[in-house]
Amino acid sequence: MEDIKLMKGNEAIAHAAIRCGADGYFGYPITPQSEVMETLMDEAPWKTTGMVVLQAESEVAAINMVYGGAACGKKVMTSSSSPGISLKQEGISYIAGAELPCLIVNVMRGGPGLGTIQPSQADYFQTVKGGGHGDYRLITLSPASVQEMADFVELGFELAFKYNNPSMILADGIIGQMMEKVVLPDFKPRRTDDETRKQCPWGTMGKVEGEQRHIITSLALEADVMEATNNRLQAKYKKIEEAEVRFEEINCDDADYIFVAFGSGARICASAMEAARAEGIKIGVLRPITLWPFPTKEIARLAKKVKGFMVVEFSAGQMVEDVRLAVNGAVPVEFHGRMGGNVPSSEEIITKFKEKFSIK
Amino acid sequence: MTTQEIISPENLVYGKTKLLTDNVMHYCPGCSHGVVHKLIAEVIDEMGIQNTTVGVAPVGCAVFAYNYIDIDWQEAAHGRAPAVATAIKRLLPEHFVFTYQGDGDLAAIGTAETIHACNRGENIAIFFINNAIYGMTGGQMAPTTLEGMKTATCPAGREHELNGYPLKIGNLLAELDGTCYVTRQSVEKLAAVVKAKRAIRKAFENCREKKGTSVVEIVSTCSSGWKLTPHKSNLWMQENMLAKYPLGDLKNV
Repeated sequence: MEDIKLMKGNEAIAHAAIRCGADGYFGYPITPQSEVMETLMDEAPWKTTGMVVLQAESEVAAINMVYGGAACGKKVMTSSSSPGISLKQEGISYIAGAELPCLIVNVMRGGPGLGTIQPSQADYFQTVKGGGHGDYRLITLSPASVQEMADFVELGFELAFKYNNPSMILADGIIGQMMEKVVLPDFKPRRTDDETRKQCPWGTMGKVEGEQRHIITSLALEADVMEATNNRLQAKYKKIEEAEVRFEEINCDDADYIFVAFGSGARICASAMEAARAEGIKIGVLRPITLWPFPTKEIARLAKKVKGFMVVEFSAGQMVEDVRLAVNGAVPVEFHGRMGGNVPSSEEIITKFKEKFSIK
Repeated sequence: MTTQEIISPENLVYGKTKLLTDNVMHYCPGCSHGVVHKLIAEVIDEMGIQNTTVGVAPVGCAVFAYNYIDIDWQEAAHGRAPAVATAIKRLLPEHFVFTYQGDGDLAAIGTAETIHACNRGENIAIFFINNAIYGMTGGQMAPTTLEGMKTATCPAGREHELNGYPLKIGNLLAELDGTCYVTRQSVEKLAAVVKAKRAIRKAFENCREKKGTSVVEIVSTCSSGWKLTPHKSNLWMQENMLAKYPLGDLKNV
């Protein structure tokens, strides 16, 4: 029988982490994602699977603990919300530079500054365009349900280890806080130290007699050496862009117009789409699941057959820039967003859509 | 005796530990780092823990420490070594994990990570080089710079009205319940080197016994930053640094 539970998205993250055999979680409390660490502490997985759970003194310390664990080849993660993720940027850049696999969860709240604890999607730029210093990319998964919060933990780790690159689950505060039914993944044992060494022969688990020692660093003072590192990173990113784009389409085949939205924004757009279709307006929804790599090719393909796009975000308009790059002027790309923790209603989206495309 | 007889294996009284690599060290003449590296390498070798030790290098002059000691290493962001070491030790509880940090790394930008790793009593060793100056970036003021001491960012000498006081972080760490051993040593003369090595060994043994955090502060010289010859640096250190940072155990549980 399927193990169906009712829980918050944040709680699903914690349960999925234990079940997928994570070795360690390092975090610092911040609303609206504190349930992740609270659930882990309550479950006490160090008594069962041996997973380490530690409350760090800051987000800065937590992400550097993730660096230390990931550099041993261990399956480690952290979670936070927007202001805390800003603090983690230094560590994320080092992790990307040293090519280490790990999972970072951002349950976004409104900013800038201390902002609000209400939901937001305004960390899109920070996540997919860099955030920290240097040329690097984060594999970014955007869940639209509690089920996907659970599923993307294992997927995030899988992609991180496949490419030796940090993965991020970028969820808006609604997905973290809302309760839905969820089928949790089956229990998978943690890797033994021998299995970890085999999967990550580069990890600092102690020098093996007669073999080369391991040094994890992102430092190279000579320009040619550092450029070679950057070239290797860019080649890897290209491979990820070719192989790992994920998206969901609803009614895009016969659509005249497409809504593009991620996370809970895509669910509101789906309701708006249904209401519009009842009026005879053929709308489809494209939901990018990977925000990086972005479904650029699919949007370019759709741009050849539709009359226009409307991007809906809980921000001043960030992903809309990537949609415009993909559409490249072929058809109009309009935008509707709400900020400060406000969320657009489906009626509001239809009204704005009609206004922008002069449809009565 | 011929040269051949003198260098024959049975006449060997002292040699370079096999854990020190043959890479040419980038440290300036008269710098304490080389001696401390050698002592750490010797202790790891003598304890036979080369394959179960992971070092964490800082940002600062010792950023390339991983080039010189033949073990697994991680290079941490500036000040974050104790957080990095915390995770390694928690995930590999039977391993020996140490950080190697300078005064800017440990006592300025990384103060929070240092204090909290020590306060949690992480079973790691922290080797702390206190030479009262930022060497790598060209001789700026450190948290441990002495009052009146001139640096690139306090060219008229450190004044406490402007820059606060020299931070005796070793004393502060000794107050924490999580530390089991906090000691202050130096390496400017043979007797001091012998004592410093004993302290380093004790720190590693504490890790084995899971007694808590061990901190070995080495009051050190920076002849380039201090703009003194190696010999004068040693004399200046003895006269000025040791007055502010007296040697000896601050805590030994």
